[in-house]
Amino acid sequence: MHISPDPHADVALEVRRLSTHYLLGPITLRAVDDISFTLRRSRTLCIVGESGSGKSITARSILQIVNPPGRIVAGEMLYYPRDGGPPVDLAKMPPRGRQIRAIRGRDIAMVFQEPMTSLSPIHRIGWQIAEGLVAHGMLSKRAALKRAIDLLRQVEIPDPVSAAERYPFEFSGGMRQRAMIAMALACEPRVLIADEPTTALDVTTQAEILKLLKRLQDENGLAILFITHDMGVVAQIADDVLVMHRGQVVEHAPVRELFADPHHSYTKTLLAASKKLGMAPPPARADIHPGPRLLEVSGVTLTYPAQATLFTKPKPPILALRGVSFDLFEGENLGIVGESGSGKTTLGNCIIQVLRPTSGSVRYTDRAGRTADLATMDRPALRHVHREMRMVFQDPFASLNARMTIGQCVGEPLLVNRILSGDRLRARVGELLAMVGLPADAAQRYPHAFSGGQRQRIVIARALATDPRLVILDEATSALDVTLRGQVLDLLLALQPKLNLTFILISHDLGVIRYFCNRVAVMLRGEIVEVGSTTDICDRPQQPYTQQLLAAVPEADPARRALIGDVSR
Amino acid sequence: MSVTAAGLPDRAVSRLATASEARLMWLRFCRHKVAMASLVLTILIYLVALFAEPVAPFDPDKANARLVFHPPQMLHIFDGSVIPRPYVNAVRLTRDPDTLAVTYVPDRSRKVYLGFFVHGDPYKLWTVIPSDIHLFGPVNPRETAFLLGADRLGRDMLSRIAYGARVSLSIGLVGVTCSLLLGVIIGGASGYFGGRLDWVVQRLIEFIISLPTIPIWLALAAALPKHWSPVKTYFMITLIISLIGWTELARVVRGRFLALRSDTFVTAAFLDGCSRPRIIFRHMLPAMTSHIIASVTLAIPLMILAETALSFLGLGLQPPAISWGALLEEAQNIHSIATAPWLLLPGVAVAITVLALNFLGDGLRDAADPHAH
Amino acid sequence: MGRFIARRLLGMIPFIFLVSVTVFVLIKLPPGDFASNYAAALAASGETVDDTMLAELRHRYGLDQSLPVQYVRWISSVAQGDFGFSFKWQQPVSSLIGERMGLTLILSFATLLFTWAIALPIGVYSAVRRYTWGDYIVTMLGFIGLAVPNFLLALTLMYVGVTVFHTDLGGLFSPEYLDAPWSFGRVGDLAAHLWIPMLILGTGGAASLIRIMRANLIDQLHQPYVDTARAKGLSEFTLLFRYPIRIALNPFVSTLGWVLPHLVSGSVIISIVLNLPTAGPLLLQALLSQDQYLAGAFLLLLCLLTLVGTLLSDILLALLDPRIRFQ
Repeated sequence: MHISPDPHADVALEVRRLSTHYLLGPITLRAVDDISFTLRRSRTLCIVGESGSGKSITARSILQIVNPPGRIVAGEMLYYPRDGGPPVDLAKMPPRGRQIRAIRGRDIAMVFQEPMTSLSPIHRIGWQIAEGLVAHGMLSKRAALKRAIDLLRQVEIPDPVSAAERYPFEFSGGMRQRAMIAMALACEPRVLIADEPTTALDVTTQAEILKLLKRLQDENGLAILFITHDMGVVAQIADDVLVMHRGQVVEHAPVRELFADPHHSYTKTLLAASKKLGMAPPPARADIHPGPRLLEVSGVTLTYPAQATLFTKPKPPILALRGVSFDLFEGENLGIVGESGSGKTTLGNCIIQVLRPTSGSVRYTDRAGRTADLATMDRPALRHVHREMRMVFQDPFASLNARMTIGQCVGEPLLVNRILSGDRLRARVGELLAMVGLPADAAQRYPHAFSGGQRQRIVIARALATDPRLVILDEATSALDVTLRGQVLDLLLALQPKLNLTFILISHDLGVIRYFCNRVAVMLRGEIVEVGSTTDICDRPQQPYTQQLLAAVPEADPARRALIGDVSR
Repeated sequence: MSVTAAGLPDRAVSRLATASEARLMWLRFCRHKVAMASLVLTILIYLVALFAEPVAPFDPDKANARLVFHPPQMLHIFDGSVIPRPYVNAVRLTRDPDTLAVTYVPDRSRKVYLGFFVHGDPYKLWTVIPSDIHLFGPVNPRETAFLLGADRLGRDMLSRIAYGARVSLSIGLVGVTCSLLLGVIIGGASGYFGGRLDWVVQRLIEFIISLPTIPIWLALAAALPKHWSPVKTYFMITLIISLIGWTELARVVRGRFLALRSDTFVTAAFLDGCSRPRIIFRHMLPAMTSHIIASVTLAIPLMILAETALSFLGLGLQPPAISWGALLEEAQNIHSIATAPWLLLPGVAVAITVLALNFLGDGLRDAADPHAH
Repeated sequence: MGRFIARRLLGMIPFIFLVSVTVFVLIKLPPGDFASNYAAALAASGETVDDTMLAELRHRYGLDQSLPVQYVRWISSVAQGDFGFSFKWQQPVSSLIGERMGLTLILSFATLLFTWAIALPIGVYSAVRRYTWGDYIVTMLGFIGLAVPNFLLALTLMYVGVTVFHTDLGGLFSPEYLDAPWSFGRVGDLAAHLWIPMLILGTGGAASLIRIMRANLIDQLHQPYVDTARAKGLSEFTLLFRYPIRIALNPFVSTLGWVLPHLVSGSVIISIVLNLPTAGPLLLQALLSQDQYLAGAFLLLLCLLTLVGTLLSDILLALLDPRIRFQ
């Protein structure tokens, strides 16, 4: 092992030619393939890549917590201890040994993606934070529990004394992630590895967590390795960026350089896709000229009655939607944006009558010009409406019946509505598949043979089968990687004029809405707080919540770090 | 990380791509060696049950006072030449001159040759087709060969076990069918309609599960009139067993129904304009069949064990009906086991069958739900 | 916690009512009643049967009343601790069942502890050392334990006892303690005999519990919180016990709800084979002779025993898992 005399005293971890492979019988999967990088004090390195690029496995490799059959097969990971002693190679340490354990949590700590499942459900928060201190013999149990309260205060959790006594399920997602960070910081580590720490959180919560991480870094001089798929987040917090693609590093550069002058074609694609769906360009759909009114939603309310049991106190009923009203005009693209729990998906389901509203009306004008209230319509009449009004769902894997071929899936609405059958049905299915850019032989295949993006195209083909007028897209691109997201949206936009379509796009992602919609409705706690043209909402938001939401969107431009304040050095 | 496509040749990929879910399940099942072996064994056991008459070398009710507690005879394959010629050594009955106890001494001088498809005791296959061909048996129909010994009336245990398989295994099947009907209807309704009905069904299932089954079975079986015909008793016993057994299936069906009801592809089917029956039968039920098949396979052995236990205690099927449990009833007495331990052999048959069905069910469950583990 | 227990206790009331109705229906189900059976027995032995005597017999035991009335009379006296009168034994039922139910209870709970004591460590071992020889052997033994009916195991052990050790493995007491009053000697004698039925009764249950523990733990071993604990620097041993095993214990504890009914069930049949002085053999006789109050008392108490087991498992589960307490 070659130990270089360290030219920079601030190096905390140096990874050289690391390879982690998964040995799956005859197939070897090179999850991490020969990558190198350096982590320095007070600096943040972002590893960015799409799903399956190997970025999380890189993070796990450092602490030697790769799950079998994954194994580090080559490379060095030199950790420079805080006392200035010679570096130690983490890759040489046995994954269950005492040496690596002494470093885990104490010198290198980690924050995981899912704050709910990453915390033990049955232990108190305070103890989970204190545990590391006790395990490393730094403090007694009693002192560690006291320290846990300090840490909770540091991560800005209100009333830390009682919070320490609570269980994770009593916390919100953002609070849990704060607790996770407190846990990681307990032993005052030199290096913090954050594996997609904000992916499961709402955008406003994400902004808070990013701010918190930045503050803590400034206070403690942490070296941070931040894993993410979101170029916006990268632009906001990274000092250096490493782009991974299929287990390999395709580009490694300081953040401004990378955004200003990307070299590798994959980085360019990635940046272009995130810029397209980012907040920087002017809204794209200002040129839409809506036709007559298609849908008039007024006062839609959905109440879930409280679960009354014999021996518990009655709880108040849950108001999922409170008097939602808006109009939709033919040919326009309406975006419904909101954070989790805002009721946006519920609203979509209430419009198409998967859920029946408790009160209010959804008046729809059909192709023949007749207007009727869907909320009070019976099932047979609804079947007719459902030919004109279709839906595309969030999860492309769950929305296709795994036991039917693609041809059967796409042809189903035509078959059951007795529109087409036999050879004409087959021909129409082929036509629909071609329309969404899939090969003709896809019809004989089963859903398991397709990737997420392809499946979403199949679902779109099924939605278009009955020649609809309105398509509700319920988070239809959220499960896809950013490059695919742009492709699917472009496909829909290209089809819109040909097929005279109107879209409602439900999303938590303002960038997607900004790109796709000409009008936006902002939802909060079951209500629409603001409706307006995309330009107005994005550039001149009136309501404080809309302003807050917009401010929280990480902009894919390292020159403008509105989120955490400009800290460029 | 596209793993599936990476190391496979293109043709294999395209074959997998057009493989239906059932075929994929079968492919996954085939990788499970023990389960495959169990499948073959299970099929063999059921074939024995189906063709008990020709498989059994003798009439199971043919008693012979001179062959009481005849011990099992060793099967020899080769008789001094390389060509197989199976035989057993004949046995001589002797009496201890002092105690007068009966002992059987192998008589090496006399051999009973066995053959395949020999003529023997006449029977009517499925009570219809008369024949006297047996899969194997002594070449000379007047000789006897008891590979598994004889019982207290000198009846061939092997033949009795083969006939017992028919009753015990069919009780498993009929019982599971009843349970399945109850389970699918009650569990399905509970899962589909939800609400108050679901609450009531859930409490009912909890209640039934908290009852100790054997005392309840005993009480129910004791209520059956003694003078009933074996067929009537058989059906009542089956019904009694399935009255308890449906709960597990109902839980599986309900759970799957609830999970599926909120599945996106079911919502999609509704929006496609599918009628309620089409949603249930075309979309939801096919997604449940693999789970149901696995649960049913795991429920059959429980039924078999239940019948065996009841008949063993003398409350299930009674002689002259032959079932594994009824055969074991003869082994209740410690003194008869001490003199003729081969009376326990029906129990071995039970154990092997239950084991095979359990492995089979486990393999099916793993194949049906590859992501569960 | 007190509220939780109170709620569970209240929730049990309808179950107890259902159990009592079920049991009453069961003992009334056989055609005819004790009087007609008695008459048949007398007729069989050649004695003449006097109709007025039978009517008087029916009247004395309330058999001529309507079923709901009989039920109310029965259940209200049971609530006062009076289980009625055994026609066959000509004794109050309470005096017949006392010790037998006690021994059933001891046998069931001893077996329960025994199954847990062996299923827990073995289940943990085979989950942690998955796909090793040890795991395969345990899994195989587990399957065999499930497949062999426990009465067959009892018979086999009896056979081995008689032919190899020349002792009768049946019974719970040596002859000298059979009818003796309770003493330390008798307790010791019971303990010396108890392990055989415990072993027989425990195998099936232990086998399924091992499989459940193994499956639970395997599910938990790959949960993200295990990675969190590992990333804190805990040793594999500590984190295994503090997190996945501790959490896998919860579904394991909830199996108590059906393991106990299973054990009580099994104990009935085992007791008949091994001739144990527990509820089993007497229940079987009572059912066969339609000694309804005796059978009813046994059935009721056995069902209640399992209900108590369910309650205990719920309380234990709530103690272990804060999520349940907070519901």
